[in-house]
Amino acid sequence: MSRQSLTKAHAKITELSWEPTFATPATRFGTDYTFEKAPKKDPLKQIMRSYFPMEEEKDNRVYGAMDGAIRGNMFRQVQQRWLEWQKLFLSIIPFPEISAARAMPMAIDAVPNPEIHNGLAVQMIDEVRHSTIQMNLKRLYMNNYIDPAGFDMTEKAFANNYAGTIGRQFGEGFITGDAITAANIYLTVVAETAFTNTLFVAMPDEAAANGDYLLPTVFHSVQSDESRHISNGYSILLMALADERNRPLLERDLRYAWWNNHCVVDAAIGTFIEYGTKDRRKDRESYAEMWRRWIYDDYYRSYLLPLEKYGLTIPHDLVEEAWNRITTKGYVHEVARFFATGWPVNYWRIDAMTDKDFEWFEEKYPGWYSKYGKWWENYNRLAYPGKNKPIAFEEVGYQYPHRCWTCMVPALIREDMVTEKVDDQWRTYCSETCYWTDAVAFRGEYDGRPTPNMGRLTGFREWETLHHNKDLADIVQDLGYVRDDGKTLIGQPHLDLDPKKMWTLDDVRGNTFMSPNVLLNEMSDAEREAHIAAYKANGTASTHPAA
Amino acid sequence: MTETTQTKQRSFPSIEFTDSEAGALEFPSSQSRSYNYYKPAKLRATMYEDVTVDVQPDPDRHLSQGWIYGFGNGPGGYPKEWTAAKSSNWHAFLDPNEEWNQTIYRNNSAVVRQVDLGLQNAKRARAYDAWNPAWLKFVERNLGAWMHAENGLALHVFTSIQRSGPTNMINTAVAVNAAHKMRFAQDLALFNLDLSEAHVPFDGSAHKEVWQSAPEWQPTREVVERLTAVGDWCELLFATNIVFEQLVGSLFRTELVMQIAARNGDYITPTIVGTGEHDYDRDLSYSRNLFRLLTRDAEFGETNKVLFGEWLATWVPRCLDAAHALQPIWSQPAEKSVTFADSLDAAKQKFRSVLEDLGLDTPKELDQ
Repeated sequence: MSRQSLTKAHAKITELSWEPTFATPATRFGTDYTFEKAPKKDPLKQIMRSYFPMEEEKDNRVYGAMDGAIRGNMFRQVQQRWLEWQKLFLSIIPFPEISAARAMPMAIDAVPNPEIHNGLAVQMIDEVRHSTIQMNLKRLYMNNYIDPAGFDMTEKAFANNYAGTIGRQFGEGFITGDAITAANIYLTVVAETAFTNTLFVAMPDEAAANGDYLLPTVFHSVQSDESRHISNGYSILLMALADERNRPLLERDLRYAWWNNHCVVDAAIGTFIEYGTKDRRKDRESYAEMWRRWIYDDYYRSYLLPLEKYGLTIPHDLVEEAWNRITTKGYVHEVARFFATGWPVNYWRIDAMTDKDFEWFEEKYPGWYSKYGKWWENYNRLAYPGKNKPIAFEEVGYQYPHRCWTCMVPALIREDMVTEKVDDQWRTYCSETCYWTDAVAFRGEYDGRPTPNMGRLTGFREWETLHHNKDLADIVQDLGYVRDDGKTLIGQPHLDLDPKKMWTLDDVRGNTFMSPNVLLNEMSDAEREAHIAAYKANGTASTHPAA
Repeated sequence: MTETTQTKQRSFPSIEFTDSEAGALEFPSSQSRSYNYYKPAKLRATMYEDVTVDVQPDPDRHLSQGWIYGFGNGPGGYPKEWTAAKSSNWHAFLDPNEEWNQTIYRNNSAVVRQVDLGLQNAKRARAYDAWNPAWLKFVERNLGAWMHAENGLALHVFTSIQRSGPTNMINTAVAVNAAHKMRFAQDLALFNLDLSEAHVPFDGSAHKEVWQSAPEWQPTREVVERLTAVGDWCELLFATNIVFEQLVGSLFRTELVMQIAARNGDYITPTIVGTGEHDYDRDLSYSRNLFRLLTRDAEFGETNKVLFGEWLATWVPRCLDAAHALQPIWSQPAEKSVTFADSLDAAKQKFRSVLEDLGLDTPKELDQ
């Protein structure tokens, strides 16, 4: 279809909307934003007549590549270190995708611009595509990769796992609370515009370097839909900016959304890229270098900074602090170590790091070895059952961390941990911004104005609370993370599939798991203060989850 | 002197053969190659089930920490209280059309090609030149008005519902329904554009006034607008796909346009409207499955039937009013091969059959 006829067709389609006079659409999902003064911004034009064949062609390429991968025995050359992490990633990501579809009517309800409704509804269909195409990729992995355990229980594991819950914010955040906060700022303006770059472009590059060219095939196809979504988000953002009353809310939401996306996405994708790869070429970009390119330059400098011309205060401090956490505070390395500490309650296996890995980390992150090297050597030493407990229950100078109440990634940069009594409960936070998110932003009043539509933090937010004071073997069994012989764990701290080297329920029995938050709330004021001081000092005190 | 430029040494990852194929080793779970967290409807899981079931988690199934975000005035996620209908197991619903990524694009692309080919052929054959003025006016006004209804249902009924259903299977089926409606509405609009450029007496903008003001269409517009105002997602789906589509949608599309277009020298309109009919056939199919599940629910079946009876009492009179108001358009074409009474009888008969299938009593208004 020519550009001229597309423009004409699009103009015709806009005639389909009308001003209702008998009844107006129900407002199921409210917003505290106002669009009374909003100019009508027209997003990227898309009509169904060209949309369906375009997507069908993209699909055909994806499924052709999938057939080719099977015929070409791709799994002969896939690195298990890499694909194991996909058990976690691909258990998480279809939910955010389908949540994005579910978020679209929230934006439609909130924004009185029929011209944008069409684009949002098309995005809804895209997101159904993304969710199911990713589920299908995972199914292919399950059918063709050497170790299907973990893929085979994927959606259950996602729903009951500590890491799945971290990832679930990246979906629930799209569909809950203030419609604009959720479906526009958090989902489109930040998650899709900024962080899909690392999710759907940087990470698939790493997959290819590890012998897996299907992840890039699927995710680049997904990413090719994102430009339309970004356009939808930007149109709504500009409409919101037209009303001065929205400015404090926009600034609040940019701070929350930026920081939460950083906490969640950088934790996960950073770990997959840095600790899931076998590609240790020195000129291969580190996650920090990728982040600099994709997030700092492409998003912050090219997208966020220009918003200042509209008088919007953008969260420079939080962008810089995210960069600081990644480059100097070891955020990704801490997360990787935390995931590896928790291996018995994982549904994927985590490979040990070798000298070659150490060398690469030291090159990319000077000082890495002195901070993390010893721990990974211990991880390697304690990898097999028989003579020792799982590493979380051995004395290796690592204190099991407190969970951040807001982002649910633990407070791993220990000196930054904030502890406050909120809603009559002692809670820990990974940072001042996560504390602010819970105590200030997600409330019914903000900056002296009522914000009844803002969401709330709910649920059993500390995963460990659910399993407090239970035997580790019982927890693993309750979670269902056991292989089909009824005793061997799905998660393993190594990649050796020799059954004699794999941990069983009997090997982990006798270790009692304690919730740091439950214990914190049981402490006297003096005990708690001492505990927090020790934790913040460097977290190397000898309190680990063993009773 | 020739200057030699040094090319940067290329860097690339090396391939390593890892023998990570299925079957390379035997160990616990090495043969566990099916999703084991749900029970498929038949012995072997379908592709549709594998890519759809449990992607939207549920605290009643595996979601151990519950929903971690809530609304300012209530719980987050997909509360079952967002409808008055009740089910002892919402997850039992499966879309009989088994819609997922590939089917959505394959099916709709096939329709796009069919419509596109039809329109191209019509232009080449100058098919519109042969239409009589009364038929041109009929299409200009009535098909033009109807496309608004389709678009309104797409954006403010089906797109809206798919945020609220308690399972991924329900919401995905409804999302595909929204895609159908949006495509169909746009196809009608672009057909309208073709006609307005075809050098025949056709006013491509008349549809707006007809939809907004023509007396025969106002009750239809009123029902569509009232539908969009419904907060209960299940009532919205019931009122739209079971009641409105039968008594107004099918009445107009199946019992009028599809019956009379050819007699008026028009072979194009039925090919386009026929795609909408095909869509509705599929969409009715999933809707029947869902509502049948609810009326046959061992625990809540009877209370659901009472509830659906109340919904019928609300929506049947409104839709019948809309249907009756449309009666004048049956007289507009030059060739009047069906009467309004016959068309309405046929639509009512099909509606009775749907209700019977769902185990619901026929509302008294239908016999009046």
